[in-house]
Amino acid sequence: MTAQAVAQSLVSGLLMGLIYALVAAGLALVFGLMNVVNFAHGEFLMTAMYAAFGLFVAVSLDPLLAAPFVAAAMFIFGSVVYLGVVRFAMSASANAGMVQIFATFGLGVVMRGLAQLLFTPNYRSIPHSWLGGRTMQIAGVYLPAPQLAGACVSLATFGALWLIINRTDFGRALEATREDSGAVALVGIDRKRIFALGWGLGAALVGLAGAVLAIFFYIYPDVGASFSLIAYVTVALGGFGSVFGAFAAGILVGLVEAGSALVLPASLKYVGVYALYLLVVLVRPRGLFGSL
Amino acid sequence: MLAARDLSTAYGGLIALTQATIEVERGEIVCVAGANGAGKSTLLKTIAGMERPCSGVVEFLGERIDGLAPHLVTKRGIAYVPENRRLFSRLSVDDNLRLGSYLFRGRSDRDAPREMAIRLFPRLGERLLQRAETLSGGEQQMLAISRALMTRPKLLMLDEPSQGIMPKLVDEIFDAVSEIRASGTTVLIVEQRLTECLEIADRAYVLQTGRVVMSGTAAEIRDNAGVRKAYLGL
Ligand SMILES: Nc1ncnc2c1ncn2[C@@H]1O[C@H](COP(=O)(O)OP(=O)(O)OP(=O)(O)O)[C@@H](O)[C@H]1O
Ligand SMILES: [Mg+2]
Repeated sequence: MTAQAVAQSLVSGLLMGLIYALVAAGLALVFGLMNVVNFAHGEFLMTAMYAAFGLFVAVSLDPLLAAPFVAAAMFIFGSVVYLGVVRFAMSASANAGMVQIFATFGLGVVMRGLAQLLFTPNYRSIPHSWLGGRTMQIAGVYLPAPQLAGACVSLATFGALWLIINRTDFGRALEATREDSGAVALVGIDRKRIFALGWGLGAALVGLAGAVLAIFFYIYPDVGASFSLIAYVTVALGGFGSVFGAFAAGILVGLVEAGSALVLPASLKYVGVYALYLLVVLVRPRGLFGSL
Repeated sequence: MLAARDLSTAYGGLIALTQATIEVERGEIVCVAGANGAGKSTLLKTIAGMERPCSGVVEFLGERIDGLAPHLVTKRGIAYVPENRRLFSRLSVDDNLRLGSYLFRGRSDRDAPREMAIRLFPRLGERLLQRAETLSGGEQQMLAISRALMTRPKLLMLDEPSQGIMPKLVDEIFDAVSEIRASGTTVLIVEQRLTECLEIADRAYVLQTGRVVMSGTAAEIRDNAGVRKAYLGL
């Protein structure tokens, strides 16, 4: 193992980790806000990737340019899912927790089924985009342009999120609702509105991730599965519901994954990630940055 | 300004408030007294829309507000400080105040009540960046009242603001309530510390096991033999 190989795997892990963080951000946000795990999160990602693909096929829009449009469409989609499904699941008179799990899980199954029906199970890819296939090389370390762009989008997005949460009325309302959703009415805030906007924002975040991933990843109905598994691990690692915990945890997951690929056969590359997960669950169940 | 008529509220099957009728006129301080479990908090929760009445009517400024969602009651101009205050404890004092003015976009709507709150409770002004949970009990109560004032209420409802607070701060809080009324906000206050409360109140109601058993001016209630025995320990 040369220093070169280690540096390469560190850099690749960091880039991929930032993308994982972006994939997980919306999941963490919604969970933190209302204690609901969106089991259709992977299908949200899949939808965003097809949306980017569709925009490319229909109007040859580069996925990087399509990202804001995909995010906006996903914002609406996320709000509609809350208003149309989750809101009712939450007000179930018995076993609301189970009802929520089945509601979002079922939604995911439906979305995957619809994708197979509408787009067939075939693997698609965006054949030529500005960044697809390009790499840069710095001191012998290869930087694939799509991953680099994804990492930059992720950094910019988390920066914007930080500003929204800490500097705006909406951000304060999110934090307040997250802490005590029953108390926000005391200041005139409709918590259901905040929930709907939170779902919208969470879906918009995974929308950005989907548009970026569409540049360099195959697009197919089950594509969400592997990413969402990593996203659940990331959210648990970061501390359930902590958006910035998910940021750090995503990077960690990317690094550990790249590190394991260095020493283990490629087919076992997730072993390190799940070992890390188990370790954290055993040693620090509330996650690395969770406050409980 | 506020009229609750024949208001009854139950938790599950257990009735906590039975046909209670109270009225509050603009500019008054009205006190609601009663023993533990008498239904005082239930009355305020019902007016605030946090609990649904099983019968009865709540009118505010001539319009019915019973059945409205609690955030809409706040929008109509009723600010409610519950028993346990419900501050956003992980957020700063400043953020709690800013959340209070969430409904307003204009500078003056935001600055005026903030200046008033900080004038009433200067210790809050010195602790703006502190997390709410690090405040003392008395300071938390001050913040809860201030957050309520930030919604620019026409009616302020306080549930036992003196609870668990050292005497010096209790005086400060009652003085502030007087000033709040003087600035034009009507006050409905639930209290166990009847002596202090009757000093600032115009009128009072006494609740017993969910029913209004007595009402009158503050002086009448203070001089009533039954009340003196039961609540004032005289
Ligand atoms: N959430 C609830 N669920 C069930 N019963 C409740 C609930 N809240 C209050 N009660 C019951 O309703 C009755 C009235 O309670 P309430 O809190 O209104 O009394 P209170 O006059 O405010 O008493 P205190 O002085 O102790 O605050 C009590 O018997 C209480 O046990
Ligand atoms: Mg009470």
